[in-house]
Amino acid sequence: MRLLGAAWRIALLLGLVAFLARPSLFAPVFAPLTRFDAPPIYDGTSLLSLTLNHLALTGAATLCASLLALGLAILVTRPAGAEFLPFSRALANAGQTFPPVAVLALTVPLLGFGAAPTFLALFLYGLLPVFENALAGLSGVSPGVSEAARGSGMTGPQRLALVELPLAAPVILSGIRLSAIVSLGTATVGSTVAAKTLGEVVIAGLLSGNTAFVLQGGLIVAALAILINDAFLWVEGRVRARLG
Amino acid sequence: MIRVETLSKRYGEAPPVVDDLSMEVAAGEICAVVGTSGSGKTTLLRMINRLVEPSAGRVLIAGEDTRNLRGHELRRRIGYVIQGHGLFPHWSVADNIGTVPRLLRWKRAAIDARVDELLALFGMEPATYRDRRPAELSGGQQQRVGVARALAARPDVLLMDEPFGALDPVIRGRAQDELAAVQARLGTTVVLVTHDMEEAVRLGHRIAVMDAGRLLQCATPAEMMARPATPFVEALVGGAERPFRLLSLDRVEAAVEPGEADGPPIDAGANLREALSACLWSGRDALPVERNGQRIGRVTLAALRRRAAPEAGTPAP
Ligand SMILES: Nc1ncnc2c1ncn2[C@@H]1O[C@H](COP(=O)(O)OP(=O)(O)O)[C@@H](O)[C@H]1O
Ligand SMILES: [Mg+2]
Repeated sequence: MRLLGAAWRIALLLGLVAFLARPSLFAPVFAPLTRFDAPPIYDGTSLLSLTLNHLALTGAATLCASLLALGLAILVTRPAGAEFLPFSRALANAGQTFPPVAVLALTVPLLGFGAAPTFLALFLYGLLPVFENALAGLSGVSPGVSEAARGSGMTGPQRLALVELPLAAPVILSGIRLSAIVSLGTATVGSTVAAKTLGEVVIAGLLSGNTAFVLQGGLIVAALAILINDAFLWVEGRVRARLG
Repeated sequence: MIRVETLSKRYGEAPPVVDDLSMEVAAGEICAVVGTSGSGKTTLLRMINRLVEPSAGRVLIAGEDTRNLRGHELRRRIGYVIQGHGLFPHWSVADNIGTVPRLLRWKRAAIDARVDELLALFGMEPATYRDRRPAELSGGQQQRVGVARALAARPDVLLMDEPFGALDPVIRGRAQDELAAVQARLGTTVVLVTHDMEEAVRLGHRIAVMDAGRLLQCATPAEMMARPATPFVEALVGGAERPFRLLSLDRVEAAVEPGEADGPPIDAGANLREALSACLWSGRDALPVERNGQRIGRVTLAALRRRAAPEAGTPAP
């Protein structure tokens, strides 16, 4: 069963790579979905460069959101920072409350069209899952263990680095995974404000009534989501195993 | 070795949790702190290594005010064991035991050698246990690793907060004997918090009784049983158990007298309570006493009876 799962993941990855490297090979597959001799493969921008751009934007937003959210979670779980908990919660929740589309609409006048407003929307949207998970992970370290760490003479930073973060790592990682997957899907919306993401393919398909475009845009995003999710799960599993 | 001077801890307006408490623990002694739940035992212990900062008073260790060091530096010099061991679940047994030496930046080889030495001291084969995770140990083994971790950097002082509380009675008894043996061998000064009087009598050279944040009495077990300072102390050490506790404090060799007796002998190192038990069980009035397989005399029921009464239990002050 696990072997089968791994095999189909590898097939998916190879299929994706092949499709991005040589989209024309797949033209016969998509041709039946087009009408009036429309092109079966999107050629406005190369699919490979859109995919890389999409990944870069998602990755950057997830990375920045994770760093800020983790930093906030660390801050509010220190005795000195406990008073910032309500503020941090409110910030992370606000990021999630505004739908990305609204963020895009509100920020385009300030930031112009393109990647910047999309990055901001993804960044805000990605804060909450990481923050909540990091908070749960860091405050979930058993009192006996924290007490022993303090009693052994670890300084605050040593307790954080040697005990709390390692023990919270799996939970934090699953927060980052959640954030990354949501971001990956949401980044498609960025194309409405001219960010170069895979949403461009889908939108082009919708505007020209070309189902093949819509499908290939959607499929690439779906394949990326599955593969990235799996990669995170694998890392989480490894980390969990190391925690014993 | 440890000198507590007019130590107090208050939280807000509530009555003090530890109230103007002074006591002294001599080097190489085990001081057992007993008292009901909420009497301030844990707070007292945590003020010694400054996990809790006192509201008033001070603590001296080997004559030095503990406030002269930074908290974490002080704690690296003091062993600390808590109930439920608090082992780091993501580290191997060796890494757990090596915690403080690593914080003190000992050399790798010195840490490895120390870990193996301690595992051997606690009867755990180093090759077998070094690389295990805490979750792969029994409760008794986890507890031993907890004590080994506290002793790793050779502290002069060891603080223990109900260290055996989570163990079942059989394992607990063994762990107590083991602690007594290790302490006698290393000469560590120990403050042991417990709510179990039996444990206090068994391990404590001295017993400190606390109630509502105050120290009621600090004395040897025999003194305390003979002359309890307050009715509360009397109730704690007393009851129907008192004669047996008194007997359990002394070894057979202290009551041995010349003469013959029949039946299986008792070892001179056994305690008098065990001798009484043997007399009653076998219906004898006297037992032969042996040391290293040599007859050295006998112990009589009459002598045991005398020693189970308070006047004879303690030498006059
Ligand atoms: N951080 C704290 N804030 C307020 N009260 C506390 C705190 N720590 C302990 N106490 C109170 O101090 C009392 C003594 O606690 P403790 O020292 O743990 O007693 P023991 O170990 O003898 O059971 C308890 O009533 C407890 O509620
Ligand atoms: Mg306590």
